[in-house]
Amino acid sequence: MAECHPVGFQWVAEARRRGAKVIHIDPRFTRTSASADKHIPIRAGSDVVFLGALVNHVLAKELYFRDYVVAYTNASTLVNEDYRDTEALDGLFSGYDPEKGAYSLKSWAYETDGSDDQNRAGSVGEAGPEEHGAMKSDHSAGDQHGSGGPALEHAKVLRDETLQHPRTVFQILKRHYARYTPELVADTCGISVDDFHYVAKAITENSGRDRTTSWVYSVGWTQHTLGAQFIRTSAILQLLLGNMGRPGGGIMALRGHASIQGSTDIPTLYNILPGYLAMPMAGTHDTWEQYLDAIASKEQKGFWANADAYAVSLLKSWWGDTATAENNWCYDYLPRLSGPHGTYQTVMSMLEDEVEGYFLLGQNPAVGSAHGRMQRLGLSHLKWLVVRDLNLIESATFWKDGPEIATGELKTEDIQTEVFFLPPASHVEKAGTFTQTQRLLQWRHKAVAPPGDCQSELEFFYELGRRIRQKLKDSTDPRDRPLLDLTWDYPVDETGEIDPTAVLLEINGVHLTGADAGKPLDTYIDMRADGSTTGGCWIYTGVFGGGVNHAASRVPGREQNEVALDWGWAWPMNRRILYNRASADPDGKPWSERKAYVWWDEASGKWTGDDVPDFPVTTRPDYRPGEGTGGPQGLAGDDPFIMQADGKGWLFTPKGMLDGPLPTHYEPQESPVRNPLYAQQSNPARKVFPRKDNLWAPSAGAPGSEVYPYVFTTYRLTEHHTAGGMSRWLPYLAELQPEFFCEVSPELAAERGLENGGWATLVSARTAIEARVLVTERMTPMTIGGRTIHQIGLPYHWGVGSEALVTGDAANDLLGVALDPNVQIQESKVGSCDIKPGRRPRGEELLRLVAEYQSRSGTTVMTGNELDTTGADATDIDSTGQEH
Amino acid sequence: MGFWKNQLTGPTDPATDAAWDTGKPRKGFFTDTSICIGCKACEVACKEWNAVPEDGLGLLGSSYDNTGALGASTWRHVAFVEQDGDRIATARESGRRLVDLGMPALRATAEAAGGSSDGSGVTDLRGATPTERTAVGQRESTGQPFQDGGSAGVAVAEAEIPDFRWLMSSDVCKHCTHAACLDVCPTGALFRTEFGTVVVQDDVCNGCGYCVAACPFGVIERRPGEDTVKNAGIAQKCTLCYDRIGHDQTPACAQACPTTSIKFGDLAQMQDAARERVDVLHDLGYPEARLYGANENDGVGGTGSVFLLLDEPEVYGLPPDPRVTTAALPDMFRKAGFAAVAMLGLAAASFVGGRRR
Repeated sequence: MAECHPVGFQWVAEARRRGAKVIHIDPRFTRTSASADKHIPIRAGSDVVFLGALVNHVLAKELYFRDYVVAYTNASTLVNEDYRDTEALDGLFSGYDPEKGAYSLKSWAYETDGSDDQNRAGSVGEAGPEEHGAMKSDHSAGDQHGSGGPALEHAKVLRDETLQHPRTVFQILKRHYARYTPELVADTCGISVDDFHYVAKAITENSGRDRTTSWVYSVGWTQHTLGAQFIRTSAILQLLLGNMGRPGGGIMALRGHASIQGSTDIPTLYNILPGYLAMPMAGTHDTWEQYLDAIASKEQKGFWANADAYAVSLLKSWWGDTATAENNWCYDYLPRLSGPHGTYQTVMSMLEDEVEGYFLLGQNPAVGSAHGRMQRLGLSHLKWLVVRDLNLIESATFWKDGPEIATGELKTEDIQTEVFFLPPASHVEKAGTFTQTQRLLQWRHKAVAPPGDCQSELEFFYELGRRIRQKLKDSTDPRDRPLLDLTWDYPVDETGEIDPTAVLLEINGVHLTGADAGKPLDTYIDMRADGSTTGGCWIYTGVFGGGVNHAASRVPGREQNEVALDWGWAWPMNRRILYNRASADPDGKPWSERKAYVWWDEASGKWTGDDVPDFPVTTRPDYRPGEGTGGPQGLAGDDPFIMQADGKGWLFTPKGMLDGPLPTHYEPQESPVRNPLYAQQSNPARKVFPRKDNLWAPSAGAPGSEVYPYVFTTYRLTEHHTAGGMSRWLPYLAELQPEFFCEVSPELAAERGLENGGWATLVSARTAIEARVLVTERMTPMTIGGRTIHQIGLPYHWGVGSEALVTGDAANDLLGVALDPNVQIQESKVGSCDIKPGRRPRGEELLRLVAEYQSRSGTTVMTGNELDTTGADATDIDSTGQEH
Repeated sequence: MGFWKNQLTGPTDPATDAAWDTGKPRKGFFTDTSICIGCKACEVACKEWNAVPEDGLGLLGSSYDNTGALGASTWRHVAFVEQDGDRIATARESGRRLVDLGMPALRATAEAAGGSSDGSGVTDLRGATPTERTAVGQRESTGQPFQDGGSAGVAVAEAEIPDFRWLMSSDVCKHCTHAACLDVCPTGALFRTEFGTVVVQDDVCNGCGYCVAACPFGVIERRPGEDTVKNAGIAQKCTLCYDRIGHDQTPACAQACPTTSIKFGDLAQMQDAARERVDVLHDLGYPEARLYGANENDGVGGTGSVFLLLDEPEVYGLPPDPRVTTAALPDMFRKAGFAAVAMLGLAAASFVGGRRR
């Protein structure tokens, strides 16, 4: 955090000054470690073992916050009889479909009394038509849960609050993690038993009524084939310790750029619409009714039950008067997904000449994306490419100075891609909002006008839309109606530019009818499914409440309390801590004086406190809904997780995760280590792409794995920004970290003859790159399964080109493409490689070196791509390095 | 004589000595390296504000430090020091000895103690026995060490010594009470401001370079490069953002520092804050914490930039016991005077003798 979020880290420094203990768990010793109470090195990709062992410790030693767990989580909920755990199936959950390489989620469902419907076979299915995990994965369904849990058909579940029934989530959890011991952690993660107990003691002593612990993560957790499950394990731990919805608790995701949170809320992703509404799938959501059924059930609890109002308001914002009840609010104007159109699948489609054009807006995939070579080759197949960036980044110049020009794989004169380089305004040259990791919208004012032809994104896209509509204005083709019917009229400010507050108001939404017609909505609860409201992103409704741009609130911290509700505006409803009903006990009283935050005030009959209560404000703590009541009225007074279909925090996910209802340890796609728990080596539901240009090193000690014996991990440095587009062109930043380097331990340096300050060549099954060497004790060799495992650290900021002040080989070129099934995130934090002293060969010689390694390792297109390995002869992959 | 003596060595208010009567308090930095996260925002902010050019694009292979040292085009420099457990133990031991010496810790000058005159006062003490240390500590002397251990005792329970640590520290011009650069400047380009800081006037400096040799910290340098480079050939260093503090603004580096590792304010307050912080760290069990430059009896009369260090100064690339080159001036004049008188005497004697012959 100190390394990549130094400005935010000031608050960690402040907390530490007040006595907070900071523990840093990371493969390498970073600036964060330097400022922490303790650094604990971990083998990249082994986090579920570590976190799962903490879960086991908390359960076995009965250190969980029982009152919280029983009342607020699904610990007492019963799971249906068909469920089978990985412990029973050697690393697979029930429902695995080897043909599709994905799970059917049916058997993970909750049990129900089934009294009202014999067809349900005793389990709580999902709302709408049952969708196979493979299909869900195709549209990265996990992304939809950015503002709440998945839909269930209803919330009539069975609970055993004694937690004794063997099919309660609690008992399943206990059995699932029973083998995750401190000794397993030592042998799998490289974390000593003492260090494990140090962490276990620290977090359990610091959790409960009086104290809370928070976990902070960023892409070190997410960018794995098991990424979403890493965060899930942390969620289980935090729910057990009672650290959710309470001040000082939570799981903090640190985002990598300004407004990355904003770009998922109002998405730049292919698979979701604003506010985490699903993008319709062809064949599944063909009709408006099918779509409404799928996004939420009226019988489930909480505020997602009103998703129809959010969807209609969105469509009314986009298509105005054209959207009517008769035409289903122009639902058919929305494009339908026909498959996974994530960034990596799109690049593979480029290689098949299926993609004509591409926009790169402040993104440099030639350097920043996994498998840079595949990215650049893909770009070379485009007809046109638009790059809007502050500098002539490598993605705009690959056709003349990329690595493939040097190797002869590409020839400039053969590349047909027409590249348009368009100048953008920088962040000080445009107004608008950034949404940061706390979901806080902060308005930024324009300091100076952009120079020359530079334009803000708002201007650019408005103008692009205006010109396209102009060209189409006489069209009678029905497919052009969605564009021509769009509301595309924005007022301009005094400088002639579009007034960005008008866009924020459109996002907020307005009343269209009645006494308040024309007035901004104050809350998303005011949204209606009858077309009487608009709203471009329901979770942002209220940012313009009362006609005031609350994102621009700037009351200094010293003039308000710590919650600081008058600085910026947080979605939803300016709540700073989500699910904060959980900060009070089931009776509505604070768990302790020290941690008082939101509570029930009997005198006024309302929830009150320091923050905006995240609960129906007049629902009493002892309120119990009638049987079958859905929506917000279905929430009992002790259902704090108001966006979950059953109002509870989910230890076990009956729906929503595509690779298992409980996180289970699997090894990364490339790993020198055999999975110590199961025959199933890696995530059986991960997305793999068996292709000749995407080969993998043999794993788990299989023959040939010794050719790529070392683990590498990639990361960022304070001095640079991602792929370098905003830092390698600036002398003051470029000089601070001028060259690409690799970080190796003194032991590895001795083993491979590497010298500090010298050169090294790193070879993976994809390519070879060169880097300067930093020999440092900040890298620690580990003993895993009796063998020494060396990890190599690679900052990924540099790229091959001729425009930047500082250039170098790109670390991400070493990576292949394998994805998590939930959100299609690439595994870029761990891979296998070799390292040797000296610079890499030039020209075609480089290709020969890579091919020689591939040949020596015996890797084939199928290496590493077998999804189900439970049937594999254990001896095949058991000849680990111990015997070698 | 006292007035002149104070202008060359010992405690004084340099702005008053420079004939300022604005009554402004002396300004300075307190750099608390114990909370530095090494983000280098200070380096960048300094360059942005002062339009200091880029200073080379080479990898030094020295941890995360690719700046190397202060110089004409580097007015803030963040050092990165990687240490193993043995070195941390040594740092703690040396810190503990400083605390044992009491506050202010005393150092024997070559004259007073009759010991070595290599200037490494504190290092001298490291090998000394407790008795010797006491003996040394009791002596009054003119020069005192740069480091001091603060006023509090060491906590009973010391913090555990980790296997490894990564020290980060942002260095800057010390704005000495007795600034050798200023004293030797023949053109008056270097001057003492009303805030007690030392600033180069770019348009007056003739690039003679006397200041470069004079600075006991190696801070000031002439900027290399062709005429196209701004102020090429001219002596350059930190101005303590003279153009900002004159308008009640915080210097760029302190303003940019996210963790308040760099603090700016009235020097007296900075010194107090530094002493409080060192006491806190001692109480927390870190006797290795010590101050650098907060002792007005040291070789430069104390500095305008005070540091809290977690190891000996050399570890951070700081001189352990810098002395202003002009501190010896009275003595040199005195000796030169003796020599002149003696020579005159001899000359006279030779004439006298000659007559006798």
